[in-house]
Amino acid sequence: MSSLHEFLTMGGYAAYVWPSYAIALVVIGFNVAAPLKRLRRLKSEIRRRGGRA
Amino acid sequence: MDKYSWAWFHRFASPPYVYRVAGLLAPWFAWAAALSIAAGLYGGLWSSPPDYQQGDGFRIIYIHVPSAYLSMMCYGLMAVASAVGLIWRLKLAHAVAVAAAPLGASFTFLALITGSLWGKPMWGTYWVWDARLTSELILLFLYLGFIALNNAYEDPRSGDRAGAVLALVGVVNLPIIHYSVVWWNSLHQGSTKFFGDSAQMATSMVVPLLAMILGITLLFAACLAKRLQAELLARESSASWAEEAAR
Amino acid sequence: MTRALLALAGRDLRLAYRRRGEVLTPAMFFILVTTLFPLGLSPQQELLRSIAPGVVWVAALLAGLIGQESLFKGDFEDGSLEQLLLSPVPLQIIALVRVLAHWIVTGLPIVILAPLMGLFMNYPSDAMGDLVSSLLLGTFTLSLLGAVGAALTVGLRQSGMLMPILVLPLAVPVLIFGAQAAAQAARGEDPAGALYLLAAMLVLGLTLAPFAIAAAIRVSLES
Repeated sequence: MSSLHEFLTMGGYAAYVWPSYAIALVVIGFNVAAPLKRLRRLKSEIRRRGGRA
Repeated sequence: MDKYSWAWFHRFASPPYVYRVAGLLAPWFAWAAALSIAAGLYGGLWSSPPDYQQGDGFRIIYIHVPSAYLSMMCYGLMAVASAVGLIWRLKLAHAVAVAAAPLGASFTFLALITGSLWGKPMWGTYWVWDARLTSELILLFLYLGFIALNNAYEDPRSGDRAGAVLALVGVVNLPIIHYSVVWWNSLHQGSTKFFGDSAQMATSMVVPLLAMILGITLLFAACLAKRLQAELLARESSASWAEEAAR
Repeated sequence: MTRALLALAGRDLRLAYRRRGEVLTPAMFFILVTTLFPLGLSPQQELLRSIAPGVVWVAALLAGLIGQESLFKGDFEDGSLEQLLLSPVPLQIIALVRVLAHWIVTGLPIVILAPLMGLFMNYPSDAMGDLVSSLLLGTFTLSLLGAVGAALTVGLRQSGMLMPILVLPLAVPVLIFGAQAAAQAARGEDPAGALYLLAAMLVLGLTLAPFAIAAAIRVSLES
């Protein structure tokens, strides 16, 4: 990689390389966020129900 | 087995213990993953030279190969967890399989999309029926089938066991499916075996690739740990340990 | 034990005979699906010959799958499936006999109709024997796989198309080798390799599927 320009355009393949990584970011991001969100929701439900099983 | 080893086993197989351990390990996995991925991306996207034939387009490999590798490893994990769950009647093992399935499906999906985007500039089309992509597609169906079957059951315990049987049938079938697809593909000279020959990779390519594989695997482990925690909490939400954990 | 198994097989066959209409639907489906291809593409003989092995095989696969749906349903609903669990005969063997009886009634007609479907698709008549062999070996393996799917979903209230979705990916190797054997025979090549692989898969299925089917039946009954 000799320049920022080459990095951004990926030697002409930018339309394929960057979407690949972007989609990867979305998919992985979802897989990180979803369980965290579910945990938060479960915990608050359990707290709310607290004691009354 | 003497009673001490059973005690160890039983402690390990208890949901609150695993919940705690998973919670402790997840951040470590995540940070290690971040480091490894950062190193891999730096090497892969910046410092390694463009490929002789494919220019900079080959750099998709750094996300495609780890995804494909993980998609298969995850299914193996699901199968082992399913076997453990069925043989030793461990609900915990089933929880691991159920938690892992969406992750595996996600990575299979990612492998397919990145493979397709890699293929477009190389072969001129977004989809070819080459052995690797076709195997990944069938693997995706296997994952989705497991998830669908698991969800179709009202009783989660039965759903676990049904999914486990399916996962085991699938894992026995997987090598057969892969072999048949490779054979089918080799018969028809039209398609090129594009992904096959990575034996000749330069060191500058291999090192970032290994870093990415390690990093994505660690990321998978972190996500799995969190998913497992959520799964355990959901399954045992009325237990006292769960109320403790929710505070 | 043999007497019990023969009684079971006999019962299955008698029941199937009484529900003849229902039981012949896979065969009719096979014919219909095959017919759709020339209608959907073109009646041109060369085209049909080139796609014949694949079309006949896919049609047979789908028809076989349709046939497997009803494998355990009836017995599940009236409680006889639970009774089978009480039998001294191992559930795995009962499952195998059940699949065999069911195949005789649903799979065998497909094998017998295959030459006619081959004719519809302009498949070369001197290769017909290999086409039939491939289907003979393949449809039984598909029955075994279908039975696993049927057993896994029999207890579900709204399984819809779930069973085919579960089984089709698993059926891919059988399809690949079966259709290839038929295609090789049509081209005049020796299909022995593919046929042996089909036979190997059948043996593997015969050995392992009964365990999966029995486990799946138990899961379905307990839910």
